[in-house]
Amino acid sequence: MLTWLSYFQRFGQNFLRGAGVTLELTAVGLAIGFVLGLLLALARSYGPKWLQRAAGAYIAVFRGTPLLVQLFIIYYGLPELGIALSQNLAAYLALGLNSAAYQAEYLRGSINAIGAAQMQAGRSIGLSKWQTIGYVILPQALRLALPSWSNEPISLLKTTAIVFLIAVQDLMAEGKRAATTTFDFVGVYLAIAVVYLVMVFALDALLKFLERKTKIPGMDIETRR
Amino acid sequence: MPNPILTIKNLTKTYGENVIFQHLDLTVNEGDTIVIIGPSGTGKSTLLRCVNLLTRPNDGQIWLDDLEITAKGTNEDQVRQHIGMVFQNFLLFNHLTALGNVKLGLTKVKKMSDEAATVKAMRELTRVGLADRADHYPGQLSGGQQQRVGIARALAMDPRIMLFDEPTSALDPELIGEVLEVMRQLSLDGMTMLVVTHEMGFAREVADRIVFMEKGYIVEEGSPDEMFNHPKFPRTREFLWKITELYGKKEKEAD
Amino acid sequence: MDFGQFISYIAQGTVLTIGVTLIALPSGLLIGTLLALLYVYGGKAASRIMNLYSTIFRGIPPVVLLFILFFAVSKGINLSAFWAGSLSLGVVSSAYQMEIVRGALLSVSGDQLMAARAVGLSRLHAIRYVVLPQAVRLAIPPWSNEAAIVIKDSSLVYALGVPEILRRAQLIGASSQKYLLAYLSAAVIYFLLVLLTTRLLNHLENKLAIPSNP
Repeated sequence: MLTWLSYFQRFGQNFLRGAGVTLELTAVGLAIGFVLGLLLALARSYGPKWLQRAAGAYIAVFRGTPLLVQLFIIYYGLPELGIALSQNLAAYLALGLNSAAYQAEYLRGSINAIGAAQMQAGRSIGLSKWQTIGYVILPQALRLALPSWSNEPISLLKTTAIVFLIAVQDLMAEGKRAATTTFDFVGVYLAIAVVYLVMVFALDALLKFLERKTKIPGMDIETRR
Repeated sequence: MPNPILTIKNLTKTYGENVIFQHLDLTVNEGDTIVIIGPSGTGKSTLLRCVNLLTRPNDGQIWLDDLEITAKGTNEDQVRQHIGMVFQNFLLFNHLTALGNVKLGLTKVKKMSDEAATVKAMRELTRVGLADRADHYPGQLSGGQQQRVGIARALAMDPRIMLFDEPTSALDPELIGEVLEVMRQLSLDGMTMLVVTHEMGFAREVADRIVFMEKGYIVEEGSPDEMFNHPKFPRTREFLWKITELYGKKEKEAD
Repeated sequence: MDFGQFISYIAQGTVLTIGVTLIALPSGLLIGTLLALLYVYGGKAASRIMNLYSTIFRGIPPVVLLFILFFAVSKGINLSAFWAGSLSLGVVSSAYQMEIVRGALLSVSGDQLMAARAVGLSRLHAIRYVVLPQAVRLAIPPWSNEAAIVIKDSSLVYALGVPEILRRAQLIGASSQKYLLAYLSAAVIYFLLVLLTTRLLNHLENKLAIPSNP
């Protein structure tokens, strides 16, 4: 037990550095995913038929294949087309493209929930379709989506753990290095697991706080966790 | 010689600080139809739930025939075989057909064979007029039909007493009649019944005794004639007047 | 090596991918259902322990848990990478499946349980004959989602050397230097697997649906 606890002291700095990379991966992936996801959601809800189908296909493909495969295609496959990305860039891209597919679904769900009625209300006072979307629907939809969308940052945090397989120096990579040094694979990875748990708890608390702060009084949604 | 099926003595039920009812005494004799009336929230439903032990009273005793069912160590499941309950929201088992709903207690609790259970269940469904809907699921039945299946389900267990918890309160007005008719027929057939309802027409015509409960107390009880025409307490008169205005007149017009 | 041989080499990994899934998913269901029943009907202490189980096993990245369990198991018992990986994935999935079953059990209104008790059914029988049959139907959509996740997560066991789809794609990609084609092929196969599974479960959901008039 003492040996185990000593791992934190011994590799603490490395773990922290790796955790930082993990958080960075999460943040970048989340951001790319949000922007792209929002575009996809809007395309599906308000775009012309062909765009709806294209967006739908994107979502189906990125949710229907393993992230690991997507990562490998980007990192190992794209160079054959002349696009050679560094490990980190490949990771950002893969995480972002993947997350976009899931975020699109959360956002589309809440856009639809707010949807038609509010659109009618906005148009009826003279706003154009896109003005209504921007000033009336999205502000409500984004707040409505927050509880279920909160699943995504946490899910993404956990998902980033696989990028060590293309040698990105995240928390898992530090763990692997520490494990091969001590030969105590189970012990070290358990320590890594603890660090992930701490990060997840912290992120969860942060999200719950945000939820409370941005809540519109009177608008109550079932939180699915 | 009146034979008490259900005897309630000094029953008290509290929920935290709230006293739902206290020191309640009530006796239901064999073949009687007792109707409990009163404003909502006065503990009438809770009283019924205590009778079939879905809720435990805080004090007092309940006897079913000679057995004190509130005594420690009573097998609740067994007791409930002899008490039938019909719920306001029907509470049919959604995943079973009407026949399946009525059969479940027969096969799993009474351990009847599948054939015997089917025969008995069909008999009860016929009794409530729904033999032709036996293979329908609750989602395919109207409210009135669902409630009648609920009655059949309770009857199939051959209970000593049937409890009705506002059986028509969740029904559309035009469907109330079919359920009340089944209940009226049951009463005429000699079933011992304890009914909580707002249906004054039913109370006046079918009840042997009416019990008026308010704020957790039994204010007055008596025959329909006594209660409607010569109530002893002004509160009774006041309540019956108001309710009859709402429900009773409707019945008169339907005649 | 021609195109056909290339693709078929990767496709042969499908057998192992399906194998991993067929071990992980049902074992996750078994454990998850038992735990969910304990969670919902087992009393305060049980539900707190289950809550902890859920929080921990859903809070750790699957790949971390996979490695922990794989190395832990290899130290003790002599299991092949295939079995160690599959069972590890099963444990991961069990925490998520527990939440699914729990959600379904809670969705079947408590009134159904009460109505069953009122007819004289014991608590056990009421859960078994009234609550569970209804809960199963409610659980199928989220479970279909979980099945898709397990199929995709099965790719993680490539890191343990199991020659399933991704591993084979990696090997043949390396030897032919045709990585893009290899991984794209793998992606297509996974996509088809997920599609097939979702369609099948959707069909099952329709077959089991309780008839009602809208």
